[in-house]
Amino acid sequence: MITVLIPTALRSFTERQGAVQLEAGTVGQAVAALAENYPDLKQHLYDDQGQLRSFVNLFVGGRNVKTLEGLATPLAEGETLTLVPAIAGGRDA
Amino acid sequence: MSRIAESLIPEARLTDLNREEMSRYSRHLLLPEVGLEGQKRLKASRVLIVGTGGLGAPLALYLAAAGVGVIGLADFDTVEVSNLQRQIIHSQRDVDRPKVASAQDRLKSLNPQLKVVTYNLRLTSDNALSILKEYDVVADGTDNFPTRYLLNDACVFLGRPLVYGSIYQFEGQASVFQAGRGPCYRCLFPTPPSPGLSPSCGEAGVMGVLPGIIGCIQAAETIKLILGGAETLAGRLLLFDAWLMKFTELSIERDPACPVCGEQPTITELIDYEHFCGLNREETGPPVESLTALELKARLDRGDQLQIIDIREPHERAVFKFPGGRAMPFGQIIRRKEEFDPSVDAVFICKVGQRSLFAIRSLREAGYQGRLFNLKDGLNSWARDVDPSLPQY
Repeated sequence: MITVLIPTALRSFTERQGAVQLEAGTVGQAVAALAENYPDLKQHLYDDQGQLRSFVNLFVGGRNVKTLEGLATPLAEGETLTLVPAIAGGRDA
Repeated sequence: MSRIAESLIPEARLTDLNREEMSRYSRHLLLPEVGLEGQKRLKASRVLIVGTGGLGAPLALYLAAAGVGVIGLADFDTVEVSNLQRQIIHSQRDVDRPKVASAQDRLKSLNPQLKVVTYNLRLTSDNALSILKEYDVVADGTDNFPTRYLLNDACVFLGRPLVYGSIYQFEGQASVFQAGRGPCYRCLFPTPPSPGLSPSCGEAGVMGVLPGIIGCIQAAETIKLILGGAETLAGRLLLFDAWLMKFTELSIERDPACPVCGEQPTITELIDYEHFCGLNREETGPPVESLTALELKARLDRGDQLQIIDIREPHERAVFKFPGGRAMPFGQIIRRKEEFDPSVDAVFICKVGQRSLFAIRSLREAGYQGRLFNLKDGLNSWARDVDPSLPQY
């Protein structure tokens, strides 16, 4: 099992869960499993072409997976994948 | 690459401190890392703060107190009563005043030696470069993606460090984007989220002290850039969760393929940031039928059969329930789409009519065939035009 940390901005799509446990061997498998489990989240993680959207960064062990092996980055048993989205808050739109 | 930055302020600009300043800044002069020279650098420095809201309030107050020479304040907004829960630079008596005027008064009363320059305007691609170039460092206290990308690109073009802060509900982010010392904002986030995913504080809410904490981190980073010799957040992204009271530090790197600060930049001048962030999609995207509050009232009075779907979160419905509304939070629409009856008109309602618009678009994309209406301007318009006994929260 690995743990995916869900930022507040995406928690309305994960039944308010801040941490989700999954079976996954790579970052790509973990994100796919997350989208599978939460269909309302899927459209926000993947674009129409099935590519991962670029406003969410994925970090493993404090490093951005872009600088590791991307979606092929392996996840060891018990490891944590952190989703970091672009956020903007302040006053009313 | 050394993580220790040199001061942004050249020796040639330093001037002496007078006796009054020596007393005022005594606790800085006692710190060897600041001392007389550091305080002179602060006095000579010019900082632009963009946004005088939740982040800009503590930023401006601490920079004014610290002895920064010139503070520029850019904001086009006026003070609203709902701002006072977190924007501590403004007071009850400032409601309806321009934020920059209110903030200027407060800063001048805190430190009369400070020079404040106000820009009561929205930063745009036309005016940003000429304003930003007057400052040594820019602090990002904005609340929206178009201005954030505008600031990032302008700072890269001008070679100015950008002290970044951002907040959402209980979570904050902070970093320093400085050419040569790490990535820019676009390296991290090449494109913004779709507008449906970035509700403002006006829709999503925010814990009042959160921007206070993140704004103070930005103030510390700004002061360190001016002093030099400190390890800043360049190359690091700091995450803060106020609910768990937890800080997380992530390593972030420059992207050689970045369109702005990369090896072969493709964006070399400021662009149309509203368009870039998809904010004009309402006009260009598939049209959505809407009803005004008065039109919805008329249909209900006529006894029309309608499915009224209240997509607000449970805690929002607790503020007031919409009579006859069926609760289905925004984040569950797709999963529960079989619960709708395509033969009956459905009206989607939320607080300001924005999430409901995206809910309708998502449902269409998921293949729903029935007729869908958006309550224009949301329940706030219902409270304004139909039932003034309801609160506009």
